[in-house]
Amino acid sequence: MTDIDIVIIGGGPAGLAAAVAAREAGCDRLLLFERDEVLGGILPQCIHTGFGLHVFQEELTGPEYAQRFIDRVHALEIPVQCGTTVLDVTRDRVVTAVSPMCGLRQFRAKAIVLAMGCRERTRGALMIPGWRPAGVYTAGLAQRWVNREGWMPGRRVVILGSGDIGLIMARRMMFEGAKVLACVELMPYSSGLTRNVVQCLDDYDIPLMLSHTVTDIHGRERVEGVTVAQVDAQRMPVPGTEQRFDCDTLLLSVGLIPENELSKAAGVELAEATAGPVVDESLQTSVSGIFACGNVLHVHDLVDEVTRESAQAGRAAAAFARSAAGLPPPALRVRDGAGVRGVVPQAICAERVAEDVSLMFRPTAVFKDATAAVKIDRVEVARQRFRILTPGEMVKLTLPKGLFARFKGACELTVEVTE
Amino acid sequence: MSAQTITCIGCPMGCRLRVLIAGGQVASVDGAGCGRGAVYARQECVCPTRMVTSLVRVQGRHAPLSVKTARPVPKEKIFACLQSIRAARVTPPVRIGDVIVADVCGTGVDVVATMACTEGDS
Ligand SMILES: Cc1cc2nc3c(=O)[nH]c(=O)nc-3n(C[C@H](O)[C@H](O)[C@H](O)COP(=O)(O)OP(=O)(O)OC[C@H]3O[C@@H](n4cnc5c(N)ncnc54)[C@H](O)[C@@H]3O)c2cc1C
Ligand code: SF4
Repeated sequence: MTDIDIVIIGGGPAGLAAAVAAREAGCDRLLLFERDEVLGGILPQCIHTGFGLHVFQEELTGPEYAQRFIDRVHALEIPVQCGTTVLDVTRDRVVTAVSPMCGLRQFRAKAIVLAMGCRERTRGALMIPGWRPAGVYTAGLAQRWVNREGWMPGRRVVILGSGDIGLIMARRMMFEGAKVLACVELMPYSSGLTRNVVQCLDDYDIPLMLSHTVTDIHGRERVEGVTVAQVDAQRMPVPGTEQRFDCDTLLLSVGLIPENELSKAAGVELAEATAGPVVDESLQTSVSGIFACGNVLHVHDLVDEVTRESAQAGRAAAAFARSAAGLPPPALRVRDGAGVRGVVPQAICAERVAEDVSLMFRPTAVFKDATAAVKIDRVEVARQRFRILTPGEMVKLTLPKGLFARFKGACELTVEVTE
Repeated sequence: MSAQTITCIGCPMGCRLRVLIAGGQVASVDGAGCGRGAVYARQECVCPTRMVTSLVRVQGRHAPLSVKTARPVPKEKIFACLQSIRAARVTPPVRIGDVIVADVCGTGVDVVATMACTEGDS
């Protein structure tokens, strides 16, 4: 068993930013584990532009954005072990890792940063009837095959779900010579950015079929087609609206699920709304000394936001590793009010707030001319107006750290959205 | 005089803009929820441009290398650009920013690498 200050699990943008920030905060002995052979998480396969507008004020591709942080990690001489999978984390912060090179090893860490990202929701979670022929893949898997490994999953494609990954893949498949027949979305609105709907679908005359779903998949060995039907207000297929598309591939872009098996093993409490750990304003989970950031905490739209959040987790972990002092439990509970789902953090310790507090959440539906308001024990402390809020875009409200001095001993903070 | 309907990408409102074009110029924009709509319509209806990102083959390897146009190119040239990108072959080493196709399709824009690859990688 090796003693170490901080172990960071995951080498995506979250883990990289946490590592850089922890080192810059003065932590000497830290170690980052990544199970893939390369660093960068999901970014090396996101070859389109749209990363870094906030962090670097320029529009980079995924691989370029990742490389900037990989270069920082190398310049700061942060030890990184790729091809290494973390198998277990315990409450008392023992990390078990395995790699072909070093076999099974254990580390006792003063602090741990969970940065394992998320995985894609699959067809099993969706319950489409039919056989299980080849040709049904998640959009992110197809993205990896095309962009990193250089092979095409199919030639005639239907996409189920209008999340950004699905939209981006629609264009990518067109660029590689495939025909994309339709993008089918259950909800009456797209869950992706307007920019992606326009530049990935409209530009290439790919129809976006809102309030529709795939009701059947045809073919036994290989997909031969799918049936698409309109849905009613209860999201049930409307009989008589079925139409068949002949295709060899169905891509699923139906959501992401934070990857929290390790968190559960460590006894970290998870929140129902985010499927990620319950954290306080320093991004510490319910287990003292274990922090979480990036997509493992809650699914982000923008990598820039992942970087900001994860740097904070890195600084907090460094501070914890240095003092290891037992912190007071956070007393201020954060609650989802009307129209709001999944506020992070879920608790705040008003006595020790060290940085401005960003409250991040998604609205439960589309709201036009909306107002988001924050109340602490019924006193309104912040209010912001928005022309539009949609579940496809995370909302962030930042409260200055000085504010909390007035609310020592307060019990409840509520965020709500009204039209 | 011609009319066109486009979706503004300025924010999630996604306003449907009805644009009248006369003599190659935008004559009027209807339906914008704010000032940015007209600015977008003027660009998008007169000379729409896009960043193009794609992949090139690396000599002797299966895994491709990612590239982008250094600046946006005219929208109607997207598929022509993709074709010359597809025809290109690179030999390692390649650094981020290296020019892979110079002045692609006479646009005056270079296609550059967005990923590095060294001689040792596979
Ligand atoms: C398929 C997909 C496509 C996306 N496309 C876009 C896009 O086009 N544009 C955009 O802005 N955002 C996109 N996102 C979101 C964006 O990529 C994320 O905001 C960002 O990558 C999240 O960073 P992360 O570090 O939290 O997670 P990730 O990038 O997922 O990194 C997590 C890392 O942890 C590693 N890991 C997990 N478990 C272990 C373990 N037990 N041991 C060791 N290592 C482990 C994984 O291998 C991975 O490298 C996409 C997300 C996904 C899942
Ligand atoms: S016109 Fe203004 S309000 Fe409408 S989509 Fe564009 S930026 Fe948003």
